[in-house]
Amino acid sequence: MGDFWSGLGQAAWLVLTFDSDLLAIAARSLQVSLTALLIASLLAMPLAAFLAVRRFRWRRNVIALMNALMGLPPVVVGLIVYILLSRSGPFGILGLLFTPSAMIIAQVIIIVPLIASIAHQSLRDLWQEYHDLLISMNVTQGQKIRTLLWDARRALLTAALAGFGRAIGEVGAIMIVGGNIDHATRVLTTAIALETGKGDFALALALGFVLIAITITVNFAVHWISRTESEGRW
Amino acid sequence: MVNSLFPLTVRDAVSKRGGVPLIGPIQLDLKGAGITVVMGPNGSGKTTLLRLLHGAARLNHGSIRWACDQEQARDAQTFVFQRPIMLRRSILDNLIYPLRTRGVSKAKAQEQAEHWAERLGLGGFLSRQAPSLSGGEQQKLALARALITDPELVFLDEPCASLDARTMKAIERILIDTRANGTQIIMSTHDMGQARRLADEVVFLLNGKVHEHTPAHDFFASPQTPEANAFLNGDIVE
Ligand SMILES: Nc1ncnc2c1ncn2[C@@H]1O[C@H](COP(=O)(O)OP(=O)(O)O)[C@@H](O)[C@H]1O
Ligand SMILES: [Mg+2]
Repeated sequence: MGDFWSGLGQAAWLVLTFDSDLLAIAARSLQVSLTALLIASLLAMPLAAFLAVRRFRWRRNVIALMNALMGLPPVVVGLIVYILLSRSGPFGILGLLFTPSAMIIAQVIIIVPLIASIAHQSLRDLWQEYHDLLISMNVTQGQKIRTLLWDARRALLTAALAGFGRAIGEVGAIMIVGGNIDHATRVLTTAIALETGKGDFALALALGFVLIAITITVNFAVHWISRTESEGRW
Repeated sequence: MVNSLFPLTVRDAVSKRGGVPLIGPIQLDLKGAGITVVMGPNGSGKTTLLRLLHGAARLNHGSIRWACDQEQARDAQTFVFQRPIMLRRSILDNLIYPLRTRGVSKAKAQEQAEHWAERLGLGGFLSRQAPSLSGGEQQKLALARALITDPELVFLDEPCASLDARTMKAIERILIDTRANGTQIIMSTHDMGQARRLADEVVFLLNGKVHEHTPAHDFFASPQTPEANAFLNGDIVE
């Protein structure tokens, strides 16, 4: 328990003194995961809406695959991205390995199936509700998708939050493709892994508390925003 | 208003679901009489016929021919469902939706929406969420949303089922005005009084087939078949 309390104390100290290393690491965590979230949402949500409104031969299989990919082991994603980005790999020429970009790519791959699956469920329900009306109005496929995405935006926010939680808490893939390089690719989770390995539990815990605090703050902020929306006029 | 949809010619039309015929074979010639009221006992196929004509139910056999091409016909008609479908948006946004998807400018759409909301007594609370409206208000909103694009034909499936007398009267008023503007109406109803007040012609369905198709006056004064007569008398029709 001693480690716990001293971790808490150290966390408080690091935060209150605006420890520059901690701030930089936390900021990088946020930057990487929010960027990954943005890219993943832009890919996953239209995909989810498309799968809701469009009937085609392999639709069920695509949805099943998407659901299955939610369970993709991050370490394996990291390994594959590593191979693709390594100097001898097909994208080696881009020189992305051990950069935040590589970490973003890995996180996008991990959270796209998660966001798409959660989003698809609510979009499918909304589509059932809207189907007859939108068919009757003879709107285009693109208009259907945009209408669903807009009117389900609250549920989509939840999907995005789940994706963000998975991204910012992920360690296996970004450790491999980012390399946990100090001042370059070190983020909260990889720093925790490192400090734990070194036996510095207090610092590891401090970083852990900061990570949890960020996650909770983001969730609260988003819920607060969507609450004000439900009371407001739009 | 010139109506480009009629005459409508339906030949041997059958709609199935899971291999089972729901209605048909249907033979029907509509010339655009104003208000066509589709009547018949529960389950006789009124809803399915309306949806079939609109293109919202599958046509498994036969043909449905409008005077113009399919795509044009589709764009010129709207449908008000028995259970109104509300977009999870404000009243205003529900009203401007069909205009906006047709490329009408925001300012013009808003102006139209305000006009229609006023007309249906929904003007005071344009920013209210449509799903939170009462059944009658939702039905009125659905009607306004269907008429706002100035369609040549509007389908209404039991537009006044379970509405109070005042709402029903307001809706009938709108329908009469709509007819006067040259818009054709094809509607189903359970309500004999409403059918008498509104119908120009009656299509009487029985067991998924057109049993009688006559001018309204003739239908109510002297139905040609014993089944229609029994239906008018409120008897159970087999
Ligand atoms: N979704 C459906 N699945 C199976 N049968 C249906 C469905 N909708 C309607 N039917 C059947 O088709 C027939 C016509 O129904 P409907 O058009 O709703 O009649 P009405 O509107 O005159 O009451 C009925 O026998 C009904 O049971
Ligand atoms: Mg019906």
